[in-house]
Amino acid sequence: MINLEAPRKFRPLVSQAHQVAMNLLRPNSRKYDLLEHEYPKELDMLAAMIDGLSDSGAASGAGASGVRRSEEAEGATVQNGSNLASVLSIMEMCWGDVGLLLSMPRQGLGNSAIASVADAEQHERFDGLWASMAITEPGTGSDSANIATTAVLDGDHYVLNGEKIFVTAGARSDAVVVWATLDKNLGRAAIKSFVVPKGTPGMNVERLEHKLGIRSSDTATIRFENCRVPKENLLGSPEVDVKQGFAGAMATFDNTRPLVAAMAVGCARASLELTKELLEQAGVDIDYDRPALTQSAAAATFLQMEADWEAAYLLTLQAAWMADNRKPNSLEASMAKAKAGRVGSDITLRCVELAGSIGYSEHELLEKWARDSKILDIFEGTQQIQQLIVARRLLGKTSAELK
Amino acid sequence: MSLTSRHGVTSTDTRDPIGVAVAFLNRLASTGALDRFGLRKPAERVVFEATRSGFRTAGNLNRAFARAGGKGGTPARVPTAAGTGTFDLTPTDDEQMLVDVVTELATEMVRPAAAEANEACRAPDDLLKAGLEIGLPLLAVPEDLGGISTERSAMAGTLVAEALAKGDMGLAVACLAPGAVSTALSLWGSDEQQATYLPAFTGDDVPAAALAITEPRPLFDPFRLRTTATRDGDGYRLNGIKSMVPRGADAELFVIAAELEGTPALFLVESSSPGLEIEAEPSMGLRAAALSRVVLKDVRVGALALLGDPDAYTECVRLSRLAWCALSVGTAQAVLDYVIPYVNEREAFGEPVSHRQSVAFMVANIGIELQAMRLLTYKAASRAAQGKSFDREVALARRLCAERGMQIGNDGVQLLGGHGFVKEHPVERWYRDLRAIGLVEGGVLV
Repeated sequence: MINLEAPRKFRPLVSQAHQVAMNLLRPNSRKYDLLEHEYPKELDMLAAMIDGLSDSGAASGAGASGVRRSEEAEGATVQNGSNLASVLSIMEMCWGDVGLLLSMPRQGLGNSAIASVADAEQHERFDGLWASMAITEPGTGSDSANIATTAVLDGDHYVLNGEKIFVTAGARSDAVVVWATLDKNLGRAAIKSFVVPKGTPGMNVERLEHKLGIRSSDTATIRFENCRVPKENLLGSPEVDVKQGFAGAMATFDNTRPLVAAMAVGCARASLELTKELLEQAGVDIDYDRPALTQSAAAATFLQMEADWEAAYLLTLQAAWMADNRKPNSLEASMAKAKAGRVGSDITLRCVELAGSIGYSEHELLEKWARDSKILDIFEGTQQIQQLIVARRLLGKTSAELK
Repeated sequence: MSLTSRHGVTSTDTRDPIGVAVAFLNRLASTGALDRFGLRKPAERVVFEATRSGFRTAGNLNRAFARAGGKGGTPARVPTAAGTGTFDLTPTDDEQMLVDVVTELATEMVRPAAAEANEACRAPDDLLKAGLEIGLPLLAVPEDLGGISTERSAMAGTLVAEALAKGDMGLAVACLAPGAVSTALSLWGSDEQQATYLPAFTGDDVPAAALAITEPRPLFDPFRLRTTATRDGDGYRLNGIKSMVPRGADAELFVIAAELEGTPALFLVESSSPGLEIEAEPSMGLRAAALSRVVLKDVRVGALALLGDPDAYTECVRLSRLAWCALSVGTAQAVLDYVIPYVNEREAFGEPVSHRQSVAFMVANIGIELQAMRLLTYKAASRAAQGKSFDREVALARRLCAERGMQIGNDGVQLLGGHGFVKEHPVERWYRDLRAIGLVEGGVLV
């Protein structure tokens, strides 16, 4: 039966996340925006609390936890599982603060990768680890199949060499999941991911970036020089399967893109809610029944933004719902990320304009949200990459045909 | 009265001497002198033009709707659907069956008839008959009154409208128009109104009927009507002009929106009522729906005419907008399905044009926005079916469908280039049809 309401059973989870966002993230939002690179120590307390909740099973997926096709999803009945729970709680947390969500201990994107591709033994061994994700290199952005960092087997270890940039939580995490190639000549199939614990000799955090937004989240450059990693730390199979190609590594993205879409949805909602209240104070009420064009320009603009927001929200829930029900969702995940990424920027920027200098100044958080949201249309695949993926799927084209 | 058109010239624009000369040349060119060169348009076109310029006819002679039912009787109402609390995008088995049947109709009959119906400005009789045979006007009518509905059918109606419009939006509107009236009677009719009018819709000879809300003026707002109803003895007297009324000339029964003592309300008006005239209103698109104006001059209706309360009117506007959203989703899907093979087959610079990002990204955005339109529409529909508030959801769905739906229509033509501009391909028709979503009120209902 068609029903697009957020699942009833996740209401406690969502309201819990909302309370955390309101009472812990928001009060620290401006502080760590100004104190870039300062560790948000308040998060340790929160992480401990969430660990407790996770153990009790009450907060599955509170944060950017791993997303994996759950075994429980077998059978004929429709599932609302961990994927929907994750996107819903991330929306709430990012309504609070995107940067702080990204800085949540043990909730890194590397954890998502581990959860998505690790085998059972690795899953257990890396449990509780805070893992960040290192893919991008100075010369390789969206074309992640082109990475130059190498991994060479030497006895019981892989030896890593190369430079990674834009590693979210790269300085704070316990370990980094690094993409490296076993053999550049074999193309994408030879790209594997390795869990490199912090402190491994040959791994150095070189510097932290100064950024437009999400300033509370550290973004690191990490250099690997003859960095030796135990060979059991290669995630998944060490075989280079040319037929399977890049699919394994890219599967992570099918899972993480709805999460990033959820971040954009949450952040934009914060902007919309505050702007609506500011407009009401200015005497502009939004009427859902009267045609938009018979209302004020501000009200009509708001209605259009809210419609686009709802579109991003529902596309995100759809992608997560499909994952929960073991339906292939690569197309829908990219649709959600594309729509949420672009409307996230559009909405937060427009809200600044509508709110005037209140929106532009640091008196309010609107200007911060307009800066924070920009990255969400870039990382985990830019707007343009999402459109490429959607277009290839719809048109039935390979990456060689539609470049 | 509506503004008389000055061929789109605003009132501040005046003729100068050259303009006077040009206007004279135009008159000359329009005379019979040109006929002997064989340049005159075909005869039927002239008739059509005559219709366009304000030819009016009385309303269709309607059957006698025999008064039945009691004033104090209880009207039949179906319950709202019970929600499960689970996020789910899967239609029920019944809904899926319905969609399959309607999809077949849309593929086998609607799409093949669309181009000709667009030219003729009417829907073919056999198609209308087929629509009645599969029970389109019965969808929302309670089982107890001879319909097929056992619970609120807003979701089913939405899926049906989408599936039909994938064939053709104009024909979909023509097929769905009588159902708007039977749905209104089912949702808001009194026992007496239901007993009087619904049997015609559940019988073998279903009348054409139409829900008329739109008025011909800029920035029309259905909550500020100019059509008025004034009390007159135990009945009402209606005055005003309604616009975009599907199959107005055929309709035997109208549901007409008019303001009664400052509040908008719905009135049942039989087509042969004295003072009611129909004027053809061929428009940019939706031509197969035979859009009309209904001109009301001191039309007297009885006490039975007032349908529902002010809340019913508001709900009617929302449910009608929802139906239009569903239609736009169907047509936008038709656009996507049409452009994909075209851009894959059409070659330029030695390869399919779809290998260019500027083309491929346009297709991607059609896909993204179309799915978003669908999800917003379904959310509003499922809330309506479950008896939850849906004012916000309908408003957002309509905004998105109006804005992005039109963009999809626009891109559909663009992707075919010059070929999209000519009538060999249906994309130009979809472009014209999709423009309606942002401005139309009434006509269809779920």
